[in-house]
Amino acid sequence: MSKKKASSEKPVSRKDMTRWQWTWKEMKRNKVAYLMVGPFVILFFIFTVLPVLLSMVLSLTDFNMLQFPHFKGLSNYTRLFLEDEVFLIACKNTLIFASITGPVSYFMALIVAWFINELPPKIRAVVTLIFYAPSISGAVYMIWQTLFSSDSYGWINATLLNLGITDTPILFFQNESWVMPLCIVVALWTSLGTAFLAFIAGLQGVDTSQFEAGAVDGVKNRWQELWYITLPNMKPQLMFGAVLSITQSFGFGAVVTALCGFPSVNYAAHTIMHCLDDYGGQRYEIGYASAIAVVLFAIMITSNTLIKKMLSKVGQ
Amino acid sequence: MDERLKPGKLRVRGHRVILNRSAGGDAGITVMLSLLGAFMFLPMLYVIMQSLKPLDELFMFPPRFFVIKPTLKNFRDLFLLMNDSWVPFSRYIFNTVFITFCGTLGNLIFASLAAYALAKIKFPGSRFIFSLIVTSLMFHSTVNQVTHFILLSAFGWIDSHLAIIVPALASTLGLYLMKQFMESSVSDAVLESARLDGASEFRIYLTIAMPMVKPAWLTLMIESFRGLWNTGSSIYIHSEQLKTFNYAISQILAGGIARSGAGAASTVIMMLVPILVFVINQSQIIQTFGSSGMKD
Repeated sequence: MSKKKASSEKPVSRKDMTRWQWTWKEMKRNKVAYLMVGPFVILFFIFTVLPVLLSMVLSLTDFNMLQFPHFKGLSNYTRLFLEDEVFLIACKNTLIFASITGPVSYFMALIVAWFINELPPKIRAVVTLIFYAPSISGAVYMIWQTLFSSDSYGWINATLLNLGITDTPILFFQNESWVMPLCIVVALWTSLGTAFLAFIAGLQGVDTSQFEAGAVDGVKNRWQELWYITLPNMKPQLMFGAVLSITQSFGFGAVVTALCGFPSVNYAAHTIMHCLDDYGGQRYEIGYASAIAVVLFAIMITSNTLIKKMLSKVGQ
Repeated sequence: MDERLKPGKLRVRGHRVILNRSAGGDAGITVMLSLLGAFMFLPMLYVIMQSLKPLDELFMFPPRFFVIKPTLKNFRDLFLLMNDSWVPFSRYIFNTVFITFCGTLGNLIFASLAAYALAKIKFPGSRFIFSLIVTSLMFHSTVNQVTHFILLSAFGWIDSHLAIIVPALASTLGLYLMKQFMESSVSDAVLESARLDGASEFRIYLTIAMPMVKPAWLTLMIESFRGLWNTGSSIYIHSEQLKTFNYAISQILAGGIARSGAGAASTVIMMLVPILVFVINQSQIIQTFGSSGMKD
């Protein structure tokens, strides 16, 4: 995709220089480029790269914001996996949460984008807005708490009572077996965001003449067309959408806290983000919290890498 | 950039192409789309209904979905209610607008400058920087919240809006989208001739590249905007007078059922702004995503 800029100066003497001399010369020639990326890169380094590295270092210590940290080796990690039962519950919950919301949100975005692709532009714009709106509207997901509220003002409970499905209101957000599924539904509701827009754009970018050619070549129905023509053509968007969906699926901690409180009943919807909040934000066991952050980081990067490998097989 | 991926118009039905479309498939898709649409839309509609309900309808049992006698009283009450508290309601709104404005503008300037250099100037380290930025898209920023807290305390930015604004200036999604869009829609030939005419890179960025990527500005702005607009109760801000609109809403809602009308009204105000921003710019935003793709 990237086009290389034709060099305006002739690099005549390249062969006579070592690699480092050449790099240095190129760096001096492109001083202005460093000025341009500088402000962003410095902030990016301070607020994204450095925190990750710092977590890795601090996770090996017992830092608590007050005393000078001592090196503790891997003991934070052994404590996490061998002694901390809440963390293990949180790990399980996080994996369930992410492995449902990630793929479901991804396919929902893709399928909805595909469904609406052939609608007339005006209608498509309206439908896009309906699906996209929950993801940009912030705290609107709190309405789910009103809908599912357990007192007599909860619309869902009132309807269930009315229909005779239940005779006492269900305590949705205090019931261990309900909190997780409900949080997943609400998370999905807010999840048709950036990836969804990328898919809409990807679908609109597929060249129509390929469909004609496909029809002549024996593509029988829209499903074959989707698999053999549409998806392979929008592979870059599929990758981009996957990365965003996976990352997003690990970031729904705030939704859970807003709906179920902190901690949720019997840790039924406790995720790794909540452990992080607990030790980092409340108990100030920074060393231990850093170990949690590093584990979460590793899980996210690993799942992204795996999914990208899988997606490269689309349409083959 | 692949010719196929360029934003284009797809007109299938009623035009020159006759594709294999079955009536059954059409019906199935319509039903699925309607069901999913209802799932997405009904909660939004319920918020709007709640915000328009007079008090007796909010307390009605069993609760009704639709409003019978709509009123704007909740919206009026909201401002009265909050103006009586010791931090006026307008202050929360000001804080959110201030954070959003500074963060979004700063992100636009920093990210577009960097995007231009990464997309259109070849320099040692550019590929490495970009690969770090792509990696940053792969993890959620919550992993960094603990170390952020340490860094921000070290800078003395705790309990200041800087703690929210400055990290947002380097948010990477906007830069990624803008860089990809510049690569695909700013022609190298034009830049090269400007360089031969002696224009500086900053001048080319400002007068040639930026005007060509207006759709990407909007996309970057809405991405940055929605993150900042929804800033809630942050662990970095303690002072009541520095807290945001989103935080105020959560406080109103915590007041229970008696406040649910005012809560719904504030939620409606909160959601209308990003929705309006999106509605106005929708087509250009989607155009930007045409080049958003990732190669393995």
